[in-house]
Amino acid sequence: MNYIIGAFKPACSITISLADGNSRKQVALKENGKTVLIPIFHNQETISGKISIEPILGKKVEHNGIKVELLGQIEMYFDRSNFYDFTSLVRELDIPGEICERKTFPFEFSTVEMPYETYNGANVRLRYVLKVSICRNYGGGIVEYQDFVVQNYSPPPSINNSIKMEVGIEDCLHIEFEYNKSKYHLKDVIVGKIYFLLVRIKIKNMDLEIRRRESTGSGSNTHVETETLAKFELMDGAPVRGESIPVRLFLSPYELAPTYSNINNKFSVKYYLNLVLVDEEDRRYFKQQEINMYRLSETS
Amino acid sequence: MISDGVVEDEEKWLSAGIAGLQQNAFYMHRALDSNNLKDALKYSAQMLSELRTSRLSPHKYYELYMRAFDELRKLEIFFKEETGRGCSIVELYELVQHAGNILPRLYLLCTVGSVYIKSKEAPAKDVLKDLVEMCRGIQHPLRGLFLRSYLSQVSRDKLPDIGSEYEGDADTVMDAVEFVLQNFTEMNKLWVRMQHQGPAREKDKRGKERGELRDLVGKNLHVLSQIEGVDLEMYKEIVLPRVLEQVVNCKDELAQYYLMDCIIQVFPDEYHLQTLETLLNACPQLQASVDVETVLSRLMERLSNYAASGSEVLPEFFQVEAFAKLNNAIGKVIEAQENMPIAGVVTLYASLLKFTLQVHPDRLDYIDQILGACVKKLSGREKLDESKATKQIVALLSAPLEKYKDIDTALNLSNYPRIMECLNDGTHKEMANVIVQNIMKNKTCISTAEKVDALFELIKGLIRDLDGDTHDELDEDFIEEQNSVARLIQMLHSDDPEEMLKVIQTVRKHILTGGRKRHPYTVPPLIFSSLKLVRRLERQDESVSGDEVSTTPKKIFQLVTQTIEALTSIPVPELALGLYLQCAEAANDCDLEPVAYEFFTQAYILYEEEITDSKTQVTSIHLIIGTLQRMHVFGVENRDALTHKATGYSAKLLKKPDQCRAVYACSHLFWLDDHDSIRDGERVLLCLKRSLRIANAVQQMANATRGSSGSALLFIEILNKYLYFYEKGVSQITVESIQDLIKLIRNEMQGDASPSDPAADAFLASTLLYIQFQKDKGGAVGDKYMLITD
Repeated sequence: MNYIIGAFKPACSITISLADGNSRKQVALKENGKTVLIPIFHNQETISGKISIEPILGKKVEHNGIKVELLGQIEMYFDRSNFYDFTSLVRELDIPGEICERKTFPFEFSTVEMPYETYNGANVRLRYVLKVSICRNYGGGIVEYQDFVVQNYSPPPSINNSIKMEVGIEDCLHIEFEYNKSKYHLKDVIVGKIYFLLVRIKIKNMDLEIRRRESTGSGSNTHVETETLAKFELMDGAPVRGESIPVRLFLSPYELAPTYSNINNKFSVKYYLNLVLVDEEDRRYFKQQEINMYRLSETS
Repeated sequence: MISDGVVEDEEKWLSAGIAGLQQNAFYMHRALDSNNLKDALKYSAQMLSELRTSRLSPHKYYELYMRAFDELRKLEIFFKEETGRGCSIVELYELVQHAGNILPRLYLLCTVGSVYIKSKEAPAKDVLKDLVEMCRGIQHPLRGLFLRSYLSQVSRDKLPDIGSEYEGDADTVMDAVEFVLQNFTEMNKLWVRMQHQGPAREKDKRGKERGELRDLVGKNLHVLSQIEGVDLEMYKEIVLPRVLEQVVNCKDELAQYYLMDCIIQVFPDEYHLQTLETLLNACPQLQASVDVETVLSRLMERLSNYAASGSEVLPEFFQVEAFAKLNNAIGKVIEAQENMPIAGVVTLYASLLKFTLQVHPDRLDYIDQILGACVKKLSGREKLDESKATKQIVALLSAPLEKYKDIDTALNLSNYPRIMECLNDGTHKEMANVIVQNIMKNKTCISTAEKVDALFELIKGLIRDLDGDTHDELDEDFIEEQNSVARLIQMLHSDDPEEMLKVIQTVRKHILTGGRKRHPYTVPPLIFSSLKLVRRLERQDESVSGDEVSTTPKKIFQLVTQTIEALTSIPVPELALGLYLQCAEAANDCDLEPVAYEFFTQAYILYEEEITDSKTQVTSIHLIIGTLQRMHVFGVENRDALTHKATGYSAKLLKKPDQCRAVYACSHLFWLDDHDSIRDGERVLLCLKRSLRIANAVQQMANATRGSSGSALLFIEILNKYLYFYEKGVSQITVESIQDLIKLIRNEMQGDASPSDPAADAFLASTLLYIQFQKDKGGAVGDKYMLITD
């Protein structure tokens, strides 16, 4: 769990241990090709723990003070140098002095506002991190980071209408589709029906795609990135008029996150259901519908 | 060439598919062995992806499917074990649905679904309903059919049937039925759709391919019939109407024909009987091109067999008025399908007829009604020429004959002859033949003139030339036919002589229309039949004398004379002569001298005027002699006249050996053992001497023409006559004359000029042996022979 960045010859080792680190839920995140388990926190939770500093045997560490910061950052990939800290909390751990032997400091950030969720997108990243810094006059400061993940639950929406629509190309194809909800939680199941009102083209198959549309920046600097997260075959072969094809798509196997709109004025993430019909000449006919994703408390 | 290429390619694709399937199956097995659910799902899905191919024909696809099927059995066992290891079945049911491709997903779903039902964690009906609903995702006909067939296969033993362990609350049978019906409906839709997809030029090919797939669809009906809970009530109210609805609405010729047949074959007879109306009502609604007649025929065949299974089921038939319904339905079908070939119409009626014969053997009116309907359909058309139709008509008309084994019944059917009218000449003949054969086979006795009249009217194709049929050659078939008619005439019999006479008159009336070609075959049996009657009357006269009968031999003889006269117009004088002689003999038995004399006269006239061929003359003269010899009715004067004539004829034969033989045969005319009045030894001797003279003349002629004497055969024959009369005690035949004759023969045979003739040698040897034998026997005859020494 120790992760050392930027210290080639550290004079001491820093260990951050969270108060309920063992019992807390964790998620596996991939970082630099390694999978690490990272604890999960929710908005307005108290983050507390201990920080131990242990100098290398027989050495002492002089410092100008030790502090721990809780940072919430948004990082744009096209603008790597810029971090936007939307949250920044600091706790002083020690006054300037020297550490000769192992020393442990308790810390606590109580009821921290963490309104945004951790997010790893195509062009943007939102992360939370605990940063321990030992300030020194020479040899540079010693810094230690501890990432953690924030996930926020939403209550089930009070209004959750189904999506129902009739679309078509005149005298060619008319379909009516229906998805049971417009808002889905991450482990939800999309249930629906595609009803063929008119079929004059030779359809080969029909897929349902889940697409994520991530837009970053604002104004003329807006970047939009669309990814297809799921491609699910609904139908094989050519239907005739009057056929209705069932839809049942389990969302759990896919790595989805809730819909984010305008996070700190930096980015938005939206989800779409894209119904694609492919004809025998591989022409695609599609209709995209936005769905709202939310994270449902797992206990509820 | 092109199709060869396709077949080759197909082989290639199939083997590629099998290879892919096996490879993934291998990885799947590894995953199964290591209880790795995730990998098992992954590789099984990949394996099943091979079934997504569109390149294989149904036949090849089936091969691939069967391999996948086997693998899925293993997977199913694994799933079952997995649930035992704590993996919840519900979870598994969800997990398999994560597969991205629909076909593998649904195969896996059905497989887990099967385990799900077995686990009883959810009611079977819910799982089944879900499965059958989800399968809608496959709209490709071939793949959909196989998937649904797989579903049907894995669910067969898990239907919530009555008595099944999966039976839930009340009415769950309904769910089972609903499930199968839905699967059936969807499969049929896919199957029908197959016909309409793809290029038009491959239409026939598709038809053929569909034929290969039909059992997949039909299997559902079989499953339905196996559900215990489908009782008559449910069948009547739900199953049949639903199935028929699908059949009618799919408007597909192939499907309609096959499924109707399927329904008829898989469900029990009594169900059909009770739902006859529903089933029959569907028939007129089928496409015009559907072979409804075959369908209905099969139905009637089944019902007939059912009726035949035991008399206890017959009341059911009466109760539902099966006949009326069938009859009605057939009428409607024929009406609905305007261009149904006439063969089809006849087939239908033939089947109905068979059914009726089985169920209502006593209701001739029904049968006549059927025939009447058939006549209605047939009349006003050209005479039938199509071979299929005529074959069916023959079947139609033969059925009652076979059933009743009695032509009487058929003769009572007023429409029977009317159908015969509709046949073309060939078929008419064929049918007539069938009738005749039937009569002979069953030895039916037809005993009234009225029936005979009807019968002969029926078989007139055999009796006379129908219009347009005038070819003259006598082929084998014709002879065979006429021989049959002849046999038929012999079979007509009535115990009442008066009726019999009427019968004979009727037959006569008919056969006289037959023309010269037939008379030689038909007249003789009639004559003999008449003579038989004469003899019967004769016997009766002895026992019942003084009875006032209008049927007298005299009358019959008149009739016979007239009949034989018909023969004289055709050049078969020897036949007529024979018949006259037969008649004469019958008249002789009746003591009717003038009649007998008249017959002889006729015979003689024929002999003189018509018989010119020398060979025929020889046989005829022998016939005359033979008959005359037996006549006892004649007075001296008549007999003299006749014998005189006969000897005269004999002596006038062309070839000398024939003359010789005829003359010595004449000797018998003067010596009758049992008639004292006819024993004229002088004339016997005269005949024999005369024949000896002729034999001599023969030898001389042989000497003169060939330089060698002829065979002594004639002499030996004459010797035998001598011996005969000697034995009979004709005093004019002396021992000396016999001995002289033997000597003469020996001389003839030993002469240098005589050719060796083994036949003559043997004949002489046995004649001598006979003499010796008689000597050895002793007694009066032996003593007589002792006198002969050589």
